[in-house]
Amino acid sequence: MTKSTRSNLVITATFLGAFILTSIPAPSWAEQFRPDWVALVLIYWCLATPERVGVGLGWFAGLMLDVLYGSILGQQAMAKALMAFIVVKLHLRIRVYPRWQQALAVGVLLVINQLIVLWIKGVMGLSPETLTYWTGTIVGVIIWPWLFVILRDIRRRARISV
Amino acid sequence: MDASLGKSLPFKTPSQVTRLVVFLTLSVVLMVADHRGDHLRQIRAGLSVLVYPVQVVASWPVEISRWVVDAIQSDEALQQELDTFRKQQPFLLAKLQKYNALETENKRLRDLLNAANKLADRAMVAELLEVHPEPFTRKLVIHRGYNNDVYIGQPVIDTYGVLGQVTQVGVFTSVVTLITDPSHAVPVQINRNGLRTIALGTGAQDRLNVPFLTPSVDIQEGDLLVTSGLGGGFPPGYPVAKITDIVADPNEAFLQISAKPLAHLNHNRELLLIWPGIQKPNEEHDEINTQ
Repeated sequence: MTKSTRSNLVITATFLGAFILTSIPAPSWAEQFRPDWVALVLIYWCLATPERVGVGLGWFAGLMLDVLYGSILGQQAMAKALMAFIVVKLHLRIRVYPRWQQALAVGVLLVINQLIVLWIKGVMGLSPETLTYWTGTIVGVIIWPWLFVILRDIRRRARISV
Repeated sequence: MDASLGKSLPFKTPSQVTRLVVFLTLSVVLMVADHRGDHLRQIRAGLSVLVYPVQVVASWPVEISRWVVDAIQSDEALQQELDTFRKQQPFLLAKLQKYNALETENKRLRDLLNAANKLADRAMVAELLEVHPEPFTRKLVIHRGYNNDVYIGQPVIDTYGVLGQVTQVGVFTSVVTLITDPSHAVPVQINRNGLRTIALGTGAQDRLNVPFLTPSVDIQEGDLLVTSGLGGGFPPGYPVAKITDIVADPNEAFLQISAKPLAHLNHNRELLLIWPGIQKPNEEHDEINTQ
């Protein structure tokens, strides 16, 4: 019981960290290189403990992101829920990929996430018309191996097992 | 990754697919409610309280760096700054004197013409809490909310020109959509000849788009665009942008006109919220809605 509360605390803390990293002000030229921290952390926890973190938490994290972004409520929530679903479905496969291949799989997941958001924005007539929309995704793929190691260490130290 | 891979295979009911369907439906319902009817204002305001601590923590690095810069700035630099302010002060005061005289003269003339008097606008300084991290939208979060009488549609300016308008009001914070946001448009007129038009945001940082002007209109590079006061949102006469670029493509019916916003959209910590003197447009809108 106490163990599961502690792991929940640790998971919440990493998500809070991701939210803070998302909203830390950066110079405007650097803004486009900001990866989707919340999506990355969500992917990690869906891979590591799919019965604790899944569609529901992904949806809630997305909703909070919508509030933070001031975008239409449900936009990020939908994208994150779908992404979490795919990760949970494929977690056994993605887990055993070599690190670089895993990063590519994460890239595909991030692209799916971005595509859903782009699609919803497009429906509302607010689609961004530059290719820099995708630079954050590339940065996300590049930092994934490092983020994976950091989060794995956090998970091991907190003894959150599957 | 772990030895107990097999344990994670059987999932408890409800199945992942059911959950996905439920949450996707919920998202669609939320989006429709939010987009169509603006029914979720209260929910958003409530949820924004949850996000508030994150925004405050995220603004610490900037706060700290400002504090450090202030602390290590030498006396000499401060003295210099003070000197420049002292030098500027008489000039500004002199200018203001002239402005006062002009204002009274203007009022007298308006009285003669029986025109409606322009009331002074009320203003309040608001501190910038956060720049919205969502890419390709231009929004700010300010540290003023319901308890400061902030209302949706309220104009926000800085010392150089119009910055944007309030689009969401929370308890402690509000969201300001900048004039460069792709969903934003300001009714403007050219200061030189009074030609009315609109300035659309592009999502780019320092470019506005002035659409639907035919090649025959009188517009030049360097023209100043000021708010026209039409539409009721922005009070008239505040500077918005300068025309930077006019392209006349013979294949197109309209000119392609770019303008550069005058407000310093991304260097300010302090902004001004304006309560227009003549009317509060939002109240009027609410009345119309309730009818």
